[in-house]
Amino acid sequence: MQVAITVNGVVHERDVDPRTLLVHFLREDLDMTGTKIGCDTSQCGACTVHLNGKVLKSCTLLAVQADGAEVTTIEGLAENGEHHPMQTAFWENHGLQCGYCTPGMIMASAAFARDNPGASESDIRHYLEGNICRCTGYHNIVKAVKQVADAAAGS
Amino acid sequence: MSTRIFGSGIKRREDPRLITGEARYTDDIKLPGVLHMAVVRSPYAHANIVSIDSSAAEAMDGVVAVYTSEDIGDGLAGLPTAWLIPDSDLKTPEHPALAKGKARYVGDGVAIVLADDRYRAQDAADAVVVDYEELPAVIDPEEAAGEGAPLIHDDVEGNIAFRWVMGDREASDAVFDAADVVVSERILQQRLLPTAMETRAAMAQYNPATQELTLWCTSQNPHIHRFIISAVTGLNENKVRVIAPEVGGGFGSKIPCYPDEALVSWASMKLGVPVKWTETRSENYLITIHGRDHVQHVEMAAANDGTLLGVRATVYAGMGGYLSTAAPGIPTILHGLLYVGPYTMDSVFCESIGVMTNGTPTDAYRGAGRPEATFLLERMVDNVAREIGMDPVEVRRKNLIPAFEDGYEVATTLIYDSGDYPAAFEKALDMAGYGDFRAQQNSAAAEGRYLGIGVTTYTEMCGLGPSQVAGAVGFQGGLWESATVRVTPTGKVQALIGASPHGQGSETTLAQIISEELGFPVDDIEVIHGDTTETPMGWGTYGSRTTPVTGAALAQASRKLKEKARVLAGHLMEANVDDIEYADGSFSVKGSPDQAQSIQDVALMAHLAWNMPEGMDPGFEESQFYDPPNFVYPFGTHIAVVEVDAETGEIELQRYIAVDDCGPQINPEIVAGQIHGGVVQGVAQALCEGAIYSDDGQLLTGSMMDYCMPKADMFPNFELGETVTPSPHHPVGVKGVGETGTIASTPTVYNAVLDALAPLGVKQIDMPLTAAKVWSAIQDANGQEKPKRLGDLLNE
Repeated sequence: MQVAITVNGVVHERDVDPRTLLVHFLREDLDMTGTKIGCDTSQCGACTVHLNGKVLKSCTLLAVQADGAEVTTIEGLAENGEHHPMQTAFWENHGLQCGYCTPGMIMASAAFARDNPGASESDIRHYLEGNICRCTGYHNIVKAVKQVADAAAGS
Repeated sequence: MSTRIFGSGIKRREDPRLITGEARYTDDIKLPGVLHMAVVRSPYAHANIVSIDSSAAEAMDGVVAVYTSEDIGDGLAGLPTAWLIPDSDLKTPEHPALAKGKARYVGDGVAIVLADDRYRAQDAADAVVVDYEELPAVIDPEEAAGEGAPLIHDDVEGNIAFRWVMGDREASDAVFDAADVVVSERILQQRLLPTAMETRAAMAQYNPATQELTLWCTSQNPHIHRFIISAVTGLNENKVRVIAPEVGGGFGSKIPCYPDEALVSWASMKLGVPVKWTETRSENYLITIHGRDHVQHVEMAAANDGTLLGVRATVYAGMGGYLSTAAPGIPTILHGLLYVGPYTMDSVFCESIGVMTNGTPTDAYRGAGRPEATFLLERMVDNVAREIGMDPVEVRRKNLIPAFEDGYEVATTLIYDSGDYPAAFEKALDMAGYGDFRAQQNSAAAEGRYLGIGVTTYTEMCGLGPSQVAGAVGFQGGLWESATVRVTPTGKVQALIGASPHGQGSETTLAQIISEELGFPVDDIEVIHGDTTETPMGWGTYGSRTTPVTGAALAQASRKLKEKARVLAGHLMEANVDDIEYADGSFSVKGSPDQAQSIQDVALMAHLAWNMPEGMDPGFEESQFYDPPNFVYPFGTHIAVVEVDAETGEIELQRYIAVDDCGPQINPEIVAGQIHGGVVQGVAQALCEGAIYSDDGQLLTGSMMDYCMPKADMFPNFELGETVTPSPHHPVGVKGVGETGTIASTPTVYNAVLDALAPLGVKQIDMPLTAAKVWSAIQDANGQEKPKRLGDLLNE
């Protein structure tokens, strides 16, 4: 099937097998491998992207369902060559180790901090239930998200 | 230099590529013309393979070939077991890359399919028709070692792969017979699924013209992978290049060489095109090694005054369907030798029985043998305390080995390098406010709330290790590391290492060591790893060894360079070498500080070689092989405070305090990260993680929907503290810290929960302490009849 999906501001028209998952479309058809796959049951969140501005696990959607949509991936999060504040916060707070969950973690957290300025630590910990990290014990991820959420609240 | 780089929590050098998605992990690497491999896997835990019909699969679109073990023939040798523990009557049953005639666990490979697309390869794998004759299966290691258990390998009688004994049984009996108090417990160290967030993957490219094989794979030790792939394919080792690109966590599960890595190599050699395989998470849970799986019968002897006299255990260690690469060493050498812990206790005895089962093969998982030892020790210390009516903290205080700076030999024959256990212990108790806790606990109890506290003191053996010891205990490799510090003419540094970090932040930590030694800015130092052609030989990243062993090699290579630089600087400044002083990357003549040569100036002059002292070779590069004289022994005390809801059995982890001593911290932020992550893995073993099999050997926790991975909302912020006791034998005094969190935290939280439940009469619950089990244990202790649950009703 023919699809036209805008990824990080660029329209990509492709003929895809109807069963192709959006995450495989990104990784295999477009060779944008920043988005990761960590499970096959939508638990881990490594494949998190933004679809029309909303957080989405890209393994839960077929590419054909994203026809006409705008997708932002980790490769498109930085603007004008500057890291997104959430990328900076993860770096500054040692919020990553092996880095595999990190793209999904950052995509989910960036939208969360944008939508929940001033979120509490407890809010953040509950929100992050959909993203699994095996390395960091979450401690520094929570710190990073809090830093951006606090900045968003102007505090 | 204003701030010392050593000891500074600088941002990690590896992060820019990781936070932008630019890093390339194995599955991110694309080769033109690649074929995708899917593996047909046994759905039975134990079954004879009667026939395989691949005709339908072969006819499908995009399918290039289907192969079985018959097609491979002698094209691949069996996967070797590489830890041959001595004096244990070890059997090493054949482990073919694809099952020959019989499958021994769910997931055992039966056939492979090669197709032009991964979806098509999986479709075709599903279309391969295999006729199985199901056999009785056994999962529990104690049961598998018992009479009447199904025999898994014809050449492993009674399913017993080895029987390893440490200590003198009669001497142990004498101590136990004479002791005032003996406590005992059957401890279940449940199977755990390592769950590195990146599943395993492998891609092989064979070049028929040069007869060279390149294998990209998720490896913690590419040089060991090269060694084994060379052995199983028959290619010369110098024709095999193994590349571990970005690797997304390992925790031990990416140490072994697996059938899949051999299979892509063989298929690429057979077909002359690149072949790729990427594990799904469901496959990962079935076929990538599991950790732990011990049934332990443990006893501890003590005097009435709380003096610990001895510990002994019989351990049934489940090995799974085959012996994985390092499996026999885990419940033996890395386990029994830790039975003294941090205590002045001089009677230890361990009999560890390695048992073949129809589970997934087990091997090293973060801590590897040491968490299982620390847990039993700390559990039994609490049991002793309860038995004699003494505060468990007092029992520990009474028995801790006093501070020592340079060597302390314990009953297991290990010589601990350095330690000040009482200092870390008292610091942790202070941080926790232990003195006030019992009163808080009592007042909470008056309100019907159940608070508990758990305290663990530990030491562990890591920084593996002297190669002579490796040889003596049957490890089929060395345990040294090598490194090259190469400085370019413009004064930029490439540090080439044989170890293969995969999340530990070693590119930063190791650069900090070099920067400290030579004065190059840390941003001018690239640490290069993971490619057997680019890097010098090394045995890999595991056992908390990269900073201790590779770090030492780099420090010593740097010191050689510094000495060369000093001599050359003296020559260039026409001064006596003895008058050359070094500070902050600059060499100057004593008494005339204006005359100076920076390390970069010297590097350039060494490359130009226009004016060298007599006998000095040109170039600015040094290598070092480093074989540690001893292990390193980090230590510490962890404390957890929990509240248990007696109505629901739910556990709230309220506080977690960790005081760890890993010697001088090179990068405190990275150290903290290792402890945070390790603690979460260990706490999760206590509270929620556990692989569950059905009686017929089906893995019921086969996906993240069923296997309880720890989530952010299970934890409070951690409270960390440290003490600093340098290792006397290490060039920069450091010890490893990759596993301490996992080693200490499981008993800490377990004991805290059991402390909370003590007033309710609950004495023991098998891990993990899920709400359902805790609630049931409370009901049982109350003598109340439990309402029947759906599962119980179905079983009737």
